[in-house]
Amino acid sequence: MLGNTANGLFWTYRLLERAENMSRLIETGQRIALTRLSSSDEQWLYVMQTSAVSEEYEKQYSKVEKEAAVDWILRHPENKSSILSSITSARQNAKMVRHALTTDVWEAINGSFLDIQKLLKAKTREGDLPLIMRTIKQSAAFVRGATYGTMLRNEEYDFCRLGTFIERADNTARILDVKYYVLLPSAKAVGTSIDNVQWETILRSVSAYGGFRLEYGHEAGPDDIAKFLILDKRMPRSLIYCCDILKLHLSSLCSAYRNKPPSLSQIMQLQNRFLTHDIEAIFKFGLHDFLQEMISLFGNLSDQIEIDYRFYE
Amino acid sequence: MSPAFDEMWADGSAIRRPYQNIKAWLDSEDRPSLKAKRRDANDLFRLTGITFNVYGSSEGEERLIPFDIIPRVITSNEWNKICKGLEQRVRAINAFLYDIYHSQEIVKAGILPLEMLKNNPAFLLQMIGVNPPGQIYTHISGVDIIRTEENDFYVLEDNIRTPSGVSYMLENRETMLQMFPELFTKNRVQPIQNYPQELLNSLKDTVPETVENKPTVCLLTPGLYNSAYFEHAFLADQMGIELVQGNDLKVVDGFLAMRTTQGHQKVDVLYKRLDDNFLDPLNFNEKSSLGVPGLFDVYRKGRVTIANAPGTGIADDKAIYSFMPEIVQFYSGEFPLLQNVPTWRCAIKDQLQYVLDNISELVIKQVHGSGGYGMLIGPAATKKDISNFKKKLIATPQNYIAQPTLSLSTVPIFTNKGFAPRHVDLRPFVQMSPKKINIVPGGLTRVAMSKGSLVVNSSQGGGTKDTWVLEN
Repeated sequence: MLGNTANGLFWTYRLLERAENMSRLIETGQRIALTRLSSSDEQWLYVMQTSAVSEEYEKQYSKVEKEAAVDWILRHPENKSSILSSITSARQNAKMVRHALTTDVWEAINGSFLDIQKLLKAKTREGDLPLIMRTIKQSAAFVRGATYGTMLRNEEYDFCRLGTFIERADNTARILDVKYYVLLPSAKAVGTSIDNVQWETILRSVSAYGGFRLEYGHEAGPDDIAKFLILDKRMPRSLIYCCDILKLHLSSLCSAYRNKPPSLSQIMQLQNRFLTHDIEAIFKFGLHDFLQEMISLFGNLSDQIEIDYRFYE
Repeated sequence: MSPAFDEMWADGSAIRRPYQNIKAWLDSEDRPSLKAKRRDANDLFRLTGITFNVYGSSEGEERLIPFDIIPRVITSNEWNKICKGLEQRVRAINAFLYDIYHSQEIVKAGILPLEMLKNNPAFLLQMIGVNPPGQIYTHISGVDIIRTEENDFYVLEDNIRTPSGVSYMLENRETMLQMFPELFTKNRVQPIQNYPQELLNSLKDTVPETVENKPTVCLLTPGLYNSAYFEHAFLADQMGIELVQGNDLKVVDGFLAMRTTQGHQKVDVLYKRLDDNFLDPLNFNEKSSLGVPGLFDVYRKGRVTIANAPGTGIADDKAIYSFMPEIVQFYSGEFPLLQNVPTWRCAIKDQLQYVLDNISELVIKQVHGSGGYGMLIGPAATKKDISNFKKKLIATPQNYIAQPTLSLSTVPIFTNKGFAPRHVDLRPFVQMSPKKINIVPGGLTRVAMSKGSLVVNSSQGGGTKDTWVLEN
């Protein structure tokens, strides 16, 4: 398998995951805006910070407004990290590695791109938002299903999954880090129940609002949210879950190639150092520092995978 | 110009036999449902990604080649005749290429003037004395054939350097199978689906002598923005080989190798879809970033197969074309089975005069052009076009050839206003290895979509059709 093909598969799935995560953030923002009278346009700054598109936005606009923010994240031509550009680049990467994907997966990606491109041609109107969000979510599910159902479990698949889970781990860490202060045990005093708008935002951003309530009950506090998103192995977006999957696929590449490259040691070290303690230990270490550390380690891991599998040279 | 031969109606009195089932089918369908099917077909092409990039238009713009739903039908007798002619012609072209890059017997015999090779940019000096593995130059040929009468077939052009379009042949069939399965139940159409597998086998039969184990074949593409990128990805996928770009390849220890996730791995056969000039910046165009430095040195040592061999472009050069009947006869010792279109070489003084005198009845083509660019169709041209073109002819006559405006046969297409005849040509694809010549029963039928037009090139708005070769 070509290093370049591994690269293309990795980025196809990484960018698709990114687009899906951003759309979930928009959906959350919109939900909160419509259901919480106390909410303000400032919450869109959180959405943009989490997606790492706020700096460029602030260069273009003097203040944060819902309509402009939503359009910025979704499709603004000046935003090189918009959902539309992510999907366009994902499809471009997929086109490059078309021969390494099954027909079902390629058609799912290409068909989704064509649908979404059509929907995002012009400036978004609020009334169209539900349809757009639904289409993006369904497309993501469609590609995921085609991947799960038709791809051989070989190296190609490993690289697809590595892309997905590096992006997802990074995304979850960012979501937590942008609002880490509301999750500290000391924040218990501020909010009294899961009803807290900050907490709802976090949970909805990872599609876990219902799941959390079901598992942890109404009495749960902010530290439980941190525990849920960092250490709960049942949660498919938690850091521990993402790292397990990353290790699984790095190990599988290892046995396919009969060698042990640095990326595998890196993920194992990361797990041992940061994910074998309980949540209290993490708070003691400092939640913000912990998350910053994780984000930088995910970046290193991604770079190491590029080197180990000769993405570029 | 006499009226064109229509492959469905012939002289108009009765349906030709091979089209009887098609006619019955068309009579039984209503127009709205055919229109809906045509829309479905287009959606299918978009979804599969069967698009081409247009040079000169905004980056990344993808267009569909118009697809017509009415198949073009060829009987097995007609096909067998064409095949025999193709085999003879392609063998002769391969022998011709070996000869001109070695002892040049054809020049010594006084059949081809040396000037036709000298100063011809398509004659690759670097190839002189080089022995391609298996002595094969023309692994794949796409020969454009036109029909003018019930029994008259002509070769209009030999595409030897990098013949393209085979993915449309295959996908047109797939689309028809999905759109109109019932047609294939009622008609015995010869299958073409194994083209990629047969091509792979054919390439594997042409490996360098140094190869001992299972050979590694890969397809070299200039990349995503090439107009035929879809075809490159499609073929690599169907053949189960890697699709590589120049930056995936490197010369390692004197052999060609591709960068895999586990380091460099030797490549034995390179199916290149890149112009020779860009192949190797050390041996050809030094500005090329698409190629592989040193590739040609590996090739010269016989350590890698390149398909088609570099330097094959000379054989589809339009000036050489006019010598094709003599070339076929010289190497095969037989009369050519497929006719050439009579061709005037403007480089020769008398012939230039004839062309200037009769320009309004002729088609003038650039010797080194392709894709239907820079040509003049006399009968369709305005006075101004003609006088401009005459100036070019007089200034650089060696750049042009001229041919009579042949009446390409017509086949019905489905238009918004119903069925209407349009001109077509046919590009069958011929695979050659030291073991055999293989021709998949079918080819790419290109069709001029507008009334009366004779230009079938997709870059000029031409469309395609599924091509059926019936079983006997």
